[in-house]
Amino acid sequence: MSNNIPGDLKYTKSHEWVRQVQPNGAIEIGITDHAQSALGDLVFVEVPDVGRTLKAGEACAVVESVKAASDVYSPLAGKVIAINDVLASKPELLNEDPYGAGWLFRLETGASANAAALMSASAYETFLAEESK
Amino acid sequence: MAFIPHTSDDIARMLEVIGVRSIEDLFDEIPAALRAGTLSVPSPLSEMEIGRLMTERAATDGRPLNFIGAGAYEHHIPAPVWAIATRGEFYSAYTPYQAEASQGTLQLIYEYQSMMCALTGMEVSNASLYDGASALAEACLMAVRSNRSSTSRRILMPRAVNPTYAQVAQAIAGNQDINFVPVDFDRATGRTLLEALKPYGGQDSAALVLQQPNFFGSLEEVDALTDWAHANKIMLIAVVNPTSLALLKPPALWGSKVDGAQGADIVCGEGQALGVPLASGGPYFGFMATRMQYVRQMPGRIVGRTVDVEGRPGFSLTLQAREQHIRRSKATSNICTNQGLMVTAATIYMSLLGPQGLEAVAQASMQRTADLIAALAQVPGVKRAFTAPHFHEAVLLLDRPPAAVLAALSRRGILGGLDLSERYPELGHALLVCATETKLGVDIESYAAALADVMGASRAAA
Repeated sequence: MSNNIPGDLKYTKSHEWVRQVQPNGAIEIGITDHAQSALGDLVFVEVPDVGRTLKAGEACAVVESVKAASDVYSPLAGKVIAINDVLASKPELLNEDPYGAGWLFRLETGASANAAALMSASAYETFLAEESK
Repeated sequence: MAFIPHTSDDIARMLEVIGVRSIEDLFDEIPAALRAGTLSVPSPLSEMEIGRLMTERAATDGRPLNFIGAGAYEHHIPAPVWAIATRGEFYSAYTPYQAEASQGTLQLIYEYQSMMCALTGMEVSNASLYDGASALAEACLMAVRSNRSSTSRRILMPRAVNPTYAQVAQAIAGNQDINFVPVDFDRATGRTLLEALKPYGGQDSAALVLQQPNFFGSLEEVDALTDWAHANKIMLIAVVNPTSLALLKPPALWGSKVDGAQGADIVCGEGQALGVPLASGGPYFGFMATRMQYVRQMPGRIVGRTVDVEGRPGFSLTLQAREQHIRRSKATSNICTNQGLMVTAATIYMSLLGPQGLEAVAQASMQRTADLIAALAQVPGVKRAFTAPHFHEAVLLLDRPPAAVLAALSRRGILGGLDLSERYPELGHALLVCATETKLGVDIESYAAALADVMGASRAAA
């Protein structure tokens, strides 16, 4: 099973990754290599509308493979400022490049966003190892 | 023999694990007064005995001349429809659980879906739902999920929509926080007017329900109402009679084209008219179709055409990630009951009739209803209630309560229509009547003569 965990990203227990895009609090969100591999070939991705305000942990996107569908939860609170439109016609990008072309959406996080709740790459790796036991 | 796989040892062990003394203790939550106790069920009957009992009971219905429509319609069903539908290969009520092993069943459902898309003009149909009323409830839930411009969970429900459908939608969707707002109809035409919708313009509503023809048989001005809904970012749910679609504009073409999109967003209705007998109210089947953009929010099974590893054509269930075995509590439907056998009959019915045959049925039904209304409106004390054009149903106003008149007609073997005075007291002594192609000129004449007689007799007696 595919399991690439880049060291410069943060992670959640529900298998989202978070990338800091600007120091002022804009973040990019996607699902991990482990998650895309577990779901199999994705056929549909639904992302939130731009402008939507999300709570931390709110279900806000759906990734669907031929025989499974899974919610994606917002890792932090914030407002959706950009979405990856290309996924509507090319959901396979999520399988091919989960940390790059397969990004889902960008959030503008407020000062209240609790980034400390996220896991480091090594913590996520330990978490995955625990989960697979 | 009891079909219970557990031995008494198994049961004792399971009870021990969960810490309960007896199976009876599991029902302690239910007050004793509410328990059924011993069921009073007669002992089993032989095939001969049950046949005799059912024949006797069926005979008590007589063979009435039926002029009641109101959602279930008596059409001629060609003999091959049920001769084929009851063949062993088709005679099963459900889509099979190992669906792809039953290519014939899947092909039939695929053909059905294709025919419903052709009739409604929509892009995708599901494999059917429970009945017309629950299909509307599902359509309302689907609209609330699909309309991204709306957060209100509010549905505009005209009073000219079949009141039983509105009641079922309220019972199913009302308990899921959906708020139904009634919209009044015009007393002169029996239509839902744009003016009645205007107060809701600029407000957030998820959907407008529009029935065509509506419950009174009146033809709604669907183009103007559809455009109003879309201009207000409200989805349009069309409730249609499939027979009428052989003559009327398909819901996909209602209204004008705006940003490349046109027509109803969700189409649903009752499929019984397509080869399913009245049978005292069921089983029937519901249908639903939509645009591809909303397909992931549609409930029910969908069959797709595909190719196998060797490139040969085949059929499979598709878009299953909407369904309960995958989505669990977030599935798009909690009623996935597929009326497979009824759909089989409907598919055979539509195949046998073809577009021209269905058009002939619709044409004849419309003509017979026009003849019926003309004949009945000549009876003293009877007039038409509404001026709007109708399809195969219309409302009459009597000069006295319909109940006694209907009872007198019934004694003469005529089911004279549906009394609307309880559902719509503001209409007065209103009676909804329907004639399909099954009613010949002589039938219409005998109804008119009986009505004149019944009403004249009671007038003379008074």
